[in-house]
Amino acid sequence: MKKLELLMDAQGIDLTLNRMAHQVLENNRRLDNVGIVGMQTRGVYLARRLAEKINQMAGLHLIAGILDVTFYRDDYRQVFKQPKVQVTDIPFDINGQDVILVDDVLYTGRTVRAALDAIMDFGRPKTIQLAVLIDRGHRELPIRADYVGREVKTAVNQEVDLYVKEKDGEDALWLLQTE
Amino acid sequence: MALSIQHLLGLEGVSKEDIILILDTADGFYSILQRAIKQVPTLRGKTVVNLFYETSTRTRLSFELAEKRLSANPIGFTAQQSSVKKGENLRDTIRNIEAMKIDMVVVRHSSPGVPLFLTQVTDAVIVNAGDGSHEHPTQALLDMMTIRQKLGRLAGLKVAIVGDILHSRVARSNAWGMSAMGMDVTLCGPPTMLPQHPEGLPVKTTDNIDQAIQGADVVMLLRLQLERQGAGLFPSIREYRERYGLDLDKVAKLKPDVVIMHPGPINRGIELASNVADGPRSVILDQVTNGVAVRMAVLYLLGGGVEE
Repeated sequence: MKKLELLMDAQGIDLTLNRMAHQVLENNRRLDNVGIVGMQTRGVYLARRLAEKINQMAGLHLIAGILDVTFYRDDYRQVFKQPKVQVTDIPFDINGQDVILVDDVLYTGRTVRAALDAIMDFGRPKTIQLAVLIDRGHRELPIRADYVGREVKTAVNQEVDLYVKEKDGEDALWLLQTE
Repeated sequence: MALSIQHLLGLEGVSKEDIILILDTADGFYSILQRAIKQVPTLRGKTVVNLFYETSTRTRLSFELAEKRLSANPIGFTAQQSSVKKGENLRDTIRNIEAMKIDMVVVRHSSPGVPLFLTQVTDAVIVNAGDGSHEHPTQALLDMMTIRQKLGRLAGLKVAIVGDILHSRVARSNAWGMSAMGMDVTLCGPPTMLPQHPEGLPVKTTDNIDQAIQGADVVMLLRLQLERQGAGLFPSIREYRERYGLDLDKVAKLKPDVVIMHPGPINRGIELASNVADGPRSVILDQVTNGVAVRMAVLYLLGGGVEE
Protein backbone atom coordinates (compact mmCIF):
# COMPACT_ATOMS: atom_id res chain seq x y z
CA MET A 1 0.00 0.00 0.00
CA LYS A 2 1.25 3.45 -0.92
CA LYS A 3 0.79 6.59 1.15
CA LEU A 4 -0.92 9.25 -0.97
CA GLU A 5 -1.78 12.14 1.33
CA LEU A 6 -1.55 13.08 5.00
CA LEU A 7 -5.14 14.04 5.67
CA MET A 8 -4.57 15.17 9.26
CA ASP A 9 -1.48 15.52 11.40
CA ALA A 10 -1.41 15.20 15.19
CA GLN A 11 -2.44 18.79 15.79
CA GLY A 12 -5.19 18.57 13.19
CA ILE A 13 -6.64 15.49 14.86
CA ASP A 14 -6.56 17.15 18.25
CA LEU A 15 -8.25 20.35 17.03
CA THR A 16 -10.91 18.34 15.21
CA LEU A 17 -11.64 16.26 18.31
CA ASN A 18 -11.96 19.50 20.32
CA ARG A 19 -14.55 20.80 17.90
CA MET A 20 -16.43 17.48 17.89
CA ALA A 21 -16.48 17.41 21.70
CA HIS A 22 -18.04 20.88 21.68
CA GLN A 23 -20.62 19.70 19.15
CA VAL A 24 -21.55 16.73 21.34
CA LEU A 25 -21.99 19.03 24.33
CA GLU A 26 -24.06 21.47 22.30
CA ASN A 27 -26.34 18.71 21.06
CA ASN A 28 -26.87 16.89 24.34
CA ARG A 29 -28.22 19.16 27.04
CA ARG A 30 -28.66 16.31 29.54
CA LEU A 31 -25.03 15.43 29.98
CA ASP A 32 -25.63 13.03 32.83
CA ASN A 33 -27.36 10.80 30.30
CA VAL A 34 -24.54 10.51 27.78
CA GLY A 35 -22.56 7.30 27.26
CA ILE A 36 -19.57 7.06 24.94
CA VAL A 37 -18.70 3.80 23.17
CA GLY A 38 -15.67 3.34 20.94
CA MET A 39 -15.57 0.71 18.21
CA GLN A 40 -12.66 -1.73 18.10
CA THR A 41 -9.96 -1.04 17.35
CA ARG A 42 -9.06 2.56 16.67
CA GLY A 43 -12.46 3.98 17.54
CA VAL A 44 -11.64 3.04 21.12
CA TYR A 45 -8.67 5.44 21.28
CA LEU A 46 -10.74 8.24 19.75
CA ALA A 47 -13.60 7.54 22.15
CA ARG A 48 -11.28 7.82 25.14
CA ARG A 49 -9.87 11.13 23.94
CA LEU A 50 -13.34 12.47 23.19
CA ALA A 51 -14.53 11.42 26.64
CA GLU A 52 -11.52 13.11 28.25
CA LYS A 53 -12.20 16.37 26.37
CA ILE A 54 -15.89 16.32 27.23
CA ASN A 55 -15.02 15.63 30.87
CA GLN A 56 -12.64 18.59 30.91
CA MET A 57 -15.11 20.94 29.24
CA ALA A 58 -18.15 20.00 31.30
CA GLY A 59 -16.74 18.73 34.57
CA LEU A 60 -17.95 15.17 34.04
CA HIS A 61 -16.43 11.73 34.67
CA LEU A 62 -17.49 9.76 31.60
CA ILE A 63 -15.68 6.50 30.86
CA ALA A 64 -15.62 5.30 27.27
CA GLY A 65 -16.98 1.82 26.70
CA ILE A 66 -15.48 -0.60 24.15
CA LEU A 67 -17.49 -2.44 21.51
CA ASP A 68 -16.34 -5.34 19.32
CA VAL A 69 -18.80 -6.19 16.53
CA THR A 70 -17.15 -9.28 15.04
CA PHE A 71 -20.14 -11.50 15.82
CA TYR A 72 -22.63 -9.06 14.29
CA ARG A 73 -20.94 -8.52 10.95
CA ASP A 74 -22.88 -9.34 7.80
CA ASP A 75 -19.88 -10.98 6.15
CA TYR A 76 -19.56 -13.63 8.85
CA ARG A 77 -19.90 -16.36 6.24
CA GLN A 78 -16.56 -15.33 4.82
CA VAL A 79 -14.73 -16.66 7.82
CA PHE A 80 -11.30 -16.27 6.31
CA LYS A 81 -11.76 -12.52 6.36
CA GLN A 82 -12.71 -12.41 10.03
CA PRO A 83 -10.65 -10.27 12.34
CA LYS A 84 -9.91 -11.83 15.69
CA VAL A 85 -12.68 -11.21 18.20
CA GLN A 86 -11.68 -8.65 20.84
CA VAL A 87 -12.96 -7.35 24.14
CA THR A 88 -16.36 -5.72 24.54
CA ASP A 89 -16.73 -3.76 27.78
CA ILE A 90 -19.52 -1.29 28.29
CA PRO A 91 -19.31 -0.24 31.94
CA PHE A 92 -22.63 1.56 32.11
CA ASP A 93 -26.30 0.70 31.64
CA ILE A 94 -27.37 1.34 28.03
CA ASN A 95 -31.06 1.68 28.85
CA GLY A 96 -32.35 5.21 28.40
CA GLN A 97 -28.88 6.55 27.55
CA ASP A 98 -27.82 8.83 24.72
CA VAL A 99 -25.09 6.61 23.30
CA ILE A 100 -22.35 8.29 21.28
CA LEU A 101 -20.74 5.65 19.03
CA VAL A 102 -17.25 6.62 17.99
CA ASP A 103 -15.26 5.28 15.05
CA ASP A 104 -12.33 6.49 12.98
CA VAL A 105 -13.68 6.07 9.43
CA LEU A 106 -17.22 5.85 8.06
CA TYR A 107 -17.24 4.05 4.71
CA THR A 108 -19.92 1.57 3.56
CA GLY A 109 -21.81 1.83 6.83
CA ARG A 110 -21.90 -1.92 7.43
CA THR A 111 -19.76 -1.82 10.55
CA VAL A 112 -22.03 0.83 12.04
CA ARG A 113 -25.08 -1.29 11.17
CA ALA A 114 -23.45 -4.18 13.08
CA ALA A 115 -22.72 -1.84 16.00
CA LEU A 116 -26.37 -0.72 16.13
CA ASP A 117 -27.46 -4.38 16.40
CA ALA A 118 -24.87 -5.06 19.07
CA ILE A 119 -25.88 -2.02 21.14
CA MET A 120 -29.56 -3.00 20.94
CA ASP A 121 -28.69 -6.39 22.43
CA PHE A 122 -27.42 -4.61 25.52
CA GLY A 123 -30.66 -2.74 26.11
CA ARG A 124 -32.77 0.10 24.79
CA PRO A 125 -30.84 3.37 24.44
CA LYS A 126 -32.71 6.68 24.23
CA THR A 127 -30.68 7.71 21.19
CA ILE A 128 -27.64 6.45 19.34
CA GLN A 129 -25.48 9.18 17.79
CA LEU A 130 -22.49 8.53 15.56
CA ALA A 131 -19.20 10.42 15.71
CA VAL A 132 -16.53 9.71 13.08
CA LEU A 133 -13.23 11.37 12.34
CA ILE A 134 -13.53 10.84 8.58
CA ASP A 135 -16.52 10.26 6.32
CA ARG A 136 -15.06 8.86 3.11
CA GLY A 137 -18.31 8.36 1.21
CA HIS A 138 -19.44 5.21 -0.70
CA ARG A 139 -22.26 4.33 1.65
CA GLU A 140 -23.97 1.00 0.90
CA LEU A 141 -26.63 1.37 3.59
CA PRO A 142 -28.72 4.35 4.69
CA ILE A 143 -26.39 5.31 7.56
CA ARG A 144 -25.09 8.79 8.40
CA ALA A 145 -22.90 10.33 11.08
CA ASP A 146 -24.09 13.04 13.50
CA TYR A 147 -20.61 14.42 14.15
CA VAL A 148 -18.03 14.38 11.35
CA GLY A 149 -14.42 15.45 11.68
CA ARG A 150 -13.89 15.86 7.97
CA GLU A 151 -15.44 14.66 4.72
CA VAL A 152 -12.97 13.26 2.18
CA LYS A 153 -13.70 12.10 -1.37
CA THR A 154 -12.00 8.77 -1.91
CA ALA A 155 -11.85 6.10 -4.58
CA VAL A 156 -12.77 2.47 -3.93
CA ASN A 157 -9.17 1.33 -4.39
CA GLN A 158 -8.03 3.66 -1.64
CA GLU A 159 -7.99 3.29 2.11
CA VAL A 160 -8.04 5.74 5.01
CA ASP A 161 -5.94 4.70 7.99
CA LEU A 162 -5.68 6.32 11.40
CA TYR A 163 -2.44 5.92 13.32
CA VAL A 164 -2.60 6.62 17.05
CA LYS A 165 0.18 7.45 19.49
CA GLU A 166 -0.88 4.69 21.88
CA LYS A 167 -0.53 1.93 19.31
CA ASP A 168 1.55 3.23 16.39
CA GLY A 169 3.77 5.80 18.09
CA GLU A 170 2.30 8.85 16.36
CA ASP A 171 -1.04 10.50 15.57
CA ALA A 172 -1.68 10.74 11.84
CA LEU A 173 -4.49 10.19 9.37
CA TRP A 174 -3.34 8.90 5.99
CA LEU A 175 -4.98 8.31 2.61
CA LEU A 176 -3.47 5.21 1.01
CA GLN A 177 -3.58 3.48 -2.36
CA THR A 178 -4.36 -0.23 -2.09
CA GLU A 179 -2.59 -2.31 -4.75
CA MET B 1 -8.46 -15.61 11.23
CA ALA B 2 -9.59 -19.12 10.48
CA LEU B 3 -8.85 -22.63 11.65
CA SER B 4 -6.62 -24.82 9.54
CA ILE B 5 -8.98 -27.76 10.11
CA GLN B 6 -12.33 -28.23 8.40
CA HIS B 7 -13.93 -30.53 10.96
CA LEU B 8 -13.28 -31.17 14.63
CA LEU B 9 -12.75 -34.92 14.86
CA GLY B 10 -10.32 -34.89 17.78
CA LEU B 11 -7.36 -33.00 19.19
CA GLU B 12 -4.71 -35.45 17.97
CA GLY B 13 -2.65 -33.53 15.44
CA VAL B 14 -4.42 -30.19 16.04
CA SER B 15 -1.92 -27.35 16.18
CA LYS B 16 -1.27 -25.05 19.11
CA GLU B 17 -2.32 -22.08 16.95
CA ASP B 18 -5.71 -23.62 16.20
CA ILE B 19 -6.27 -24.40 19.88
CA ILE B 20 -5.35 -20.85 20.89
CA LEU B 21 -7.71 -19.42 18.26
CA ILE B 22 -10.56 -21.54 19.60
CA LEU B 23 -9.83 -20.57 23.22
CA ASP B 24 -9.51 -16.86 22.41
CA THR B 25 -12.75 -16.93 20.44
CA ALA B 26 -14.41 -18.81 23.31
CA ASP B 27 -13.40 -15.96 25.65
CA GLY B 28 -15.29 -13.61 23.34
CA PHE B 29 -18.38 -15.80 23.46
CA TYR B 30 -18.05 -16.14 27.25
CA SER B 31 -18.67 -12.41 27.55
CA ILE B 32 -21.80 -12.74 25.37
CA LEU B 33 -23.10 -15.25 27.92
CA GLN B 34 -22.91 -12.58 30.63
CA ARG B 35 -25.31 -10.25 28.83
CA ALA B 36 -29.06 -9.98 29.06
CA ILE B 37 -29.45 -11.07 25.44
CA LYS B 38 -27.16 -14.09 25.15
CA GLN B 39 -27.41 -14.35 21.41
CA VAL B 40 -25.56 -13.20 18.33
CA PRO B 41 -26.71 -13.54 14.70
CA THR B 42 -23.51 -15.21 13.50
CA LEU B 43 -24.78 -18.60 12.31
CA ARG B 44 -28.20 -17.38 11.29
CA GLY B 45 -29.76 -19.67 8.73
CA LYS B 46 -27.35 -22.54 9.35
CA THR B 47 -28.92 -25.91 10.21
CA VAL B 48 -27.07 -28.11 12.68
CA VAL B 49 -28.03 -31.72 13.36
CA ASN B 50 -27.25 -33.05 16.83
CA LEU B 51 -26.81 -36.72 15.98
CA PHE B 52 -26.69 -38.44 19.37
CA TYR B 53 -26.50 -42.22 19.34
CA GLU B 54 -25.45 -42.22 23.02
CA THR B 55 -27.15 -40.58 25.98
CA SER B 56 -25.86 -37.29 27.31
CA THR B 57 -27.00 -34.40 29.50
CA ARG B 58 -24.24 -31.86 29.53
CA THR B 59 -22.80 -32.26 26.05
CA ARG B 60 -26.13 -32.41 24.29
CA LEU B 61 -27.74 -29.45 26.05
CA SER B 62 -24.51 -27.50 25.82
CA PHE B 63 -24.30 -27.94 22.04
CA GLU B 64 -27.98 -27.13 21.61
CA LEU B 65 -27.65 -23.94 23.65
CA ALA B 66 -24.49 -22.99 21.76
CA GLU B 67 -26.30 -23.45 18.45
CA LYS B 68 -29.35 -21.43 19.53
CA ARG B 69 -27.18 -18.64 20.91
CA LEU B 70 -25.47 -18.40 17.54
CA SER B 71 -28.94 -18.07 15.98
CA ALA B 72 -28.49 -21.36 14.12
CA ASN B 73 -31.29 -23.90 13.70
CA PRO B 74 -30.51 -27.03 15.72
CA ILE B 75 -32.39 -30.25 15.20
CA GLY B 76 -32.00 -33.23 17.49
CA PHE B 77 -31.74 -36.87 16.66
CA THR B 78 -32.02 -39.52 19.35
CA ALA B 79 -31.20 -42.97 18.08
CA GLN B 80 -33.56 -44.72 20.49
CA GLN B 81 -36.52 -42.83 19.03
CA SER B 82 -35.64 -43.16 15.37
CA SER B 83 -35.63 -45.60 12.49
CA VAL B 84 -32.35 -46.91 13.79
CA LYS B 85 -34.61 -49.20 15.77
CA LYS B 86 -35.97 -50.50 12.47
CA GLY B 87 -32.44 -51.35 11.43
CA GLU B 88 -31.48 -48.27 9.37
CA ASN B 89 -27.71 -48.03 9.20
CA LEU B 90 -25.53 -44.99 9.90
CA ARG B 91 -24.71 -44.15 6.30
CA ASP B 92 -28.36 -44.18 5.23
CA THR B 93 -29.34 -42.20 8.30
CA ILE B 94 -26.89 -39.42 7.63
CA ARG B 95 -27.50 -39.35 3.84
CA ASN B 96 -31.24 -39.02 4.42
CA ILE B 97 -30.76 -36.23 6.94
CA GLU B 98 -28.32 -34.49 4.61
CA ALA B 99 -30.94 -34.60 1.88
CA MET B 100 -32.95 -32.19 4.03
CA LYS B 101 -30.19 -29.64 3.40
CA ILE B 102 -28.19 -29.35 6.58
CA ASP B 103 -24.86 -27.62 7.18
CA MET B 104 -23.24 -29.17 10.23
CA VAL B 105 -23.43 -32.38 12.22
CA VAL B 106 -22.52 -32.76 15.89
CA VAL B 107 -22.20 -36.48 16.51
CA ARG B 108 -21.86 -38.68 19.57
CA HIS B 109 -21.56 -42.43 19.00
CA SER B 110 -20.25 -45.44 20.88
CA SER B 111 -18.04 -46.55 17.97
CA PRO B 112 -14.68 -44.82 17.58
CA GLY B 113 -14.11 -43.42 14.13
CA VAL B 114 -17.73 -42.54 13.38
CA PRO B 115 -17.00 -38.81 12.95
CA LEU B 116 -14.25 -39.60 10.44
CA PHE B 117 -16.61 -41.96 8.61
CA LEU B 118 -19.20 -39.20 8.39
CA THR B 119 -16.71 -36.84 6.71
CA GLN B 120 -16.41 -39.45 3.97
CA VAL B 121 -20.13 -39.90 3.34
CA THR B 122 -21.44 -36.35 3.70
CA ASP B 123 -20.40 -32.79 2.78
CA ALA B 124 -21.52 -31.35 6.11
CA VAL B 125 -19.06 -30.01 8.66
CA ILE B 126 -18.57 -32.66 11.36
CA VAL B 127 -17.97 -32.00 15.06
CA ASN B 128 -17.14 -34.94 17.32
CA ALA B 129 -19.13 -34.90 20.59
CA GLY B 130 -17.55 -38.17 21.75
CA ASP B 131 -16.83 -41.33 19.78
CA GLY B 132 -16.45 -44.40 21.96
CA SER B 133 -13.24 -44.22 23.99
CA HIS B 134 -11.45 -42.36 21.23
CA GLU B 135 -11.85 -38.58 21.59
CA HIS B 136 -14.08 -35.84 23.05
CA PRO B 137 -12.34 -32.74 21.74
CA THR B 138 -14.78 -30.06 22.95
CA GLN B 139 -14.47 -31.40 26.51
CA ALA B 140 -10.69 -31.04 26.43
CA LEU B 141 -11.03 -27.56 24.94
CA LEU B 142 -13.38 -26.43 27.68
CA ASP B 143 -11.06 -27.98 30.25
CA MET B 144 -8.14 -25.95 28.88
CA MET B 145 -10.26 -22.81 28.74
CA THR B 146 -11.16 -23.26 32.40
CA ILE B 147 -7.54 -23.82 33.43
CA ARG B 148 -6.41 -20.76 31.49
CA GLN B 149 -9.18 -18.71 33.12
CA LYS B 150 -8.21 -19.78 36.63
CA LEU B 151 -4.42 -19.91 36.37
CA GLY B 152 -3.79 -17.37 33.61
CA ARG B 153 -1.71 -19.66 31.42
CA LEU B 154 -1.33 -23.24 30.11
CA ALA B 155 2.29 -23.97 29.15
CA GLY B 156 4.35 -25.56 31.89
CA LEU B 157 1.45 -26.37 34.18
CA LYS B 158 1.44 -29.79 35.79
CA VAL B 159 -1.79 -31.74 35.27
CA ALA B 160 -2.84 -35.07 36.79
CA ILE B 161 -5.79 -36.91 35.25
CA VAL B 162 -7.01 -39.66 37.56
CA GLY B 163 -9.40 -42.52 36.91
CA ASP B 164 -10.40 -45.06 34.31
CA ILE B 165 -7.93 -43.83 31.71
CA LEU B 166 -8.30 -46.91 29.55
CA HIS B 167 -11.92 -46.20 28.67
CA SER B 168 -11.73 -42.42 28.73
CA ARG B 169 -12.09 -40.26 25.62
CA VAL B 170 -11.77 -37.22 27.88
CA ALA B 171 -8.31 -38.38 29.01
CA ARG B 172 -7.22 -38.97 25.43
CA SER B 173 -8.38 -35.63 24.06
CA ASN B 174 -6.80 -33.82 27.00
CA ALA B 175 -3.57 -35.77 26.52
CA TRP B 176 -3.32 -34.58 22.91
CA GLY B 177 -4.56 -31.04 23.47
CA MET B 178 -2.61 -30.29 26.63
CA SER B 179 0.61 -31.68 25.15
CA ALA B 180 0.19 -29.44 22.13
CA MET B 181 -0.04 -26.50 24.55
CA GLY B 182 3.17 -27.49 26.36
CA MET B 183 1.53 -28.76 29.53
CA ASP B 184 3.03 -31.54 31.68
CA VAL B 185 0.37 -34.25 31.84
CA THR B 186 0.31 -37.44 33.91
CA LEU B 187 -2.43 -40.03 33.50
CA CYS B 188 -3.05 -42.04 36.64
CA GLY B 189 -5.28 -44.95 37.54
CA PRO B 190 -5.27 -48.55 38.73
CA PRO B 191 -2.98 -50.72 36.57
CA THR B 192 -6.04 -52.45 35.12
CA MET B 193 -7.31 -49.11 33.86
CA LEU B 194 -4.19 -47.76 32.20
CA PRO B 195 -3.53 -48.18 28.47
CA GLN B 196 -1.47 -51.21 27.49
CA HIS B 197 0.69 -49.15 25.13
CA PRO B 198 0.98 -45.69 26.64
CA GLU B 199 3.87 -44.79 24.34
CA GLY B 200 1.22 -43.95 21.75
CA LEU B 201 0.24 -40.92 23.82
CA PRO B 202 2.59 -37.97 24.41
CA VAL B 203 2.16 -38.13 28.21
CA LYS B 204 3.33 -40.02 31.32
CA THR B 205 1.26 -42.74 32.92
CA THR B 206 1.49 -44.15 36.45
CA ASP B 207 -0.58 -46.10 38.93
CA ASN B 208 0.88 -44.17 41.86
CA ILE B 209 -1.58 -41.45 42.74
CA ASP B 210 0.59 -39.71 45.32
CA GLN B 211 3.32 -39.29 42.75
CA ALA B 212 0.87 -38.15 40.10
CA ILE B 213 -0.82 -35.44 42.15
CA GLN B 214 2.21 -34.18 44.05
CA GLY B 215 2.90 -30.59 43.02
CA ALA B 216 0.08 -30.66 40.47
CA ASP B 217 -1.49 -27.38 39.40
CA VAL B 218 -4.57 -29.20 38.13
CA VAL B 219 -6.15 -32.47 39.24
CA MET B 220 -8.87 -33.84 36.99
CA LEU B 221 -11.01 -36.76 38.15
CA LEU B 222 -12.74 -39.12 35.76
CA ARG B 223 -15.99 -40.89 36.48
CA LEU B 224 -15.62 -44.46 37.67
CA GLN B 225 -17.95 -46.39 35.45
CA LEU B 226 -19.61 -48.48 38.15
CA GLU B 227 -21.04 -50.85 35.55
CA ARG B 228 -17.50 -52.10 35.04
CA GLN B 229 -17.26 -53.47 38.55
CA GLY B 230 -18.45 -56.86 37.37
CA ALA B 231 -15.57 -56.98 34.87
CA GLY B 232 -13.00 -57.32 37.64
CA LEU B 233 -11.10 -54.12 36.90
CA PHE B 234 -11.05 -53.10 40.55
CA PRO B 235 -11.62 -55.19 43.68
CA SER B 236 -14.31 -52.99 45.19
CA ILE B 237 -15.64 -49.46 45.00
CA ARG B 238 -14.40 -48.87 48.53
CA GLU B 239 -10.86 -49.81 47.63
CA TYR B 240 -10.95 -47.65 44.50
CA ARG B 241 -12.16 -44.72 46.54
CA GLU B 242 -9.52 -45.11 49.21
CA ARG B 243 -6.64 -45.37 46.77
CA TYR B 244 -7.69 -43.20 43.84
CA GLY B 245 -10.57 -41.09 45.11
CA LEU B 246 -9.90 -37.45 45.91
CA ASP B 247 -10.88 -36.48 49.44
CA LEU B 248 -9.90 -33.68 51.79
CA ASP B 249 -6.92 -35.67 53.15
CA LYS B 250 -5.39 -35.93 49.69
CA VAL B 251 -6.31 -32.32 48.86
CA ALA B 252 -4.42 -31.18 51.99
CA LYS B 253 -1.18 -32.38 50.38
CA LEU B 254 -1.77 -30.38 47.20
CA LYS B 255 -0.83 -26.81 46.25
CA PRO B 256 -3.12 -24.25 47.93
CA ASP B 257 -4.31 -22.88 44.58
CA VAL B 258 -4.74 -26.23 42.88
CA VAL B 259 -7.62 -26.47 40.41
CA ILE B 260 -9.90 -29.51 40.76
CA MET B 261 -11.91 -30.62 37.72
CA HIS B 262 -14.35 -33.32 36.61
CA PRO B 263 -16.14 -33.72 33.27
CA GLY B 264 -19.32 -34.93 34.98
CA PRO B 265 -21.47 -36.69 35.94
CA ILE B 266 -19.83 -37.12 39.35
CA ASN B 267 -20.12 -40.24 41.47
CA ARG B 268 -20.15 -38.33 44.75
CA GLY B 269 -18.18 -40.08 47.44
CA ILE B 270 -16.37 -42.35 45.01
CA GLU B 271 -13.86 -40.70 42.71
CA LEU B 272 -14.53 -37.34 44.33
CA ALA B 273 -15.70 -36.56 47.87
CA SER B 274 -18.71 -34.25 48.06
CA ASN B 275 -16.94 -31.72 50.22
CA VAL B 276 -14.18 -31.46 47.60
CA ALA B 277 -16.58 -31.36 44.64
CA ASP B 278 -18.44 -28.49 46.30
CA GLY B 279 -15.32 -26.96 47.83
CA PRO B 280 -13.45 -23.75 46.96
CA ARG B 281 -10.87 -25.39 44.67
CA SER B 282 -13.44 -27.09 42.49
CA VAL B 283 -14.21 -25.49 39.11
CA ILE B 284 -16.66 -28.13 37.93
CA LEU B 285 -19.55 -25.75 37.31
CA ASP B 286 -17.22 -23.27 35.58
CA GLN B 287 -16.35 -26.10 33.22
CA VAL B 288 -20.01 -26.42 32.31
CA THR B 289 -20.41 -22.68 31.67
CA ASN B 290 -17.26 -22.61 29.60
CA GLY B 291 -18.54 -25.61 27.66
CA VAL B 292 -21.21 -23.50 26.00
CA ALA B 293 -18.70 -20.77 25.12
CA VAL B 294 -16.19 -23.27 23.68
CA ARG B 295 -18.86 -24.98 21.61
CA MET B 296 -20.04 -21.63 20.29
CA ALA B 297 -16.47 -20.88 19.30
CA VAL B 298 -16.00 -24.24 17.55
CA LEU B 299 -19.28 -23.97 15.64
CA TYR B 300 -18.58 -20.36 14.69
CA LEU B 301 -15.05 -21.03 13.44
CA LEU B 302 -15.99 -24.18 11.51
CA GLY B 303 -19.46 -23.16 10.39
CA GLY B 304 -18.79 -19.81 8.86
CA GLY B 305 -18.70 -21.16 5.30
CA VAL B 306 -16.21 -20.52 2.54
CA GLU B 307 -18.38 -18.26 0.38
CA GLU B 308 -16.15 -15.52 -0.97
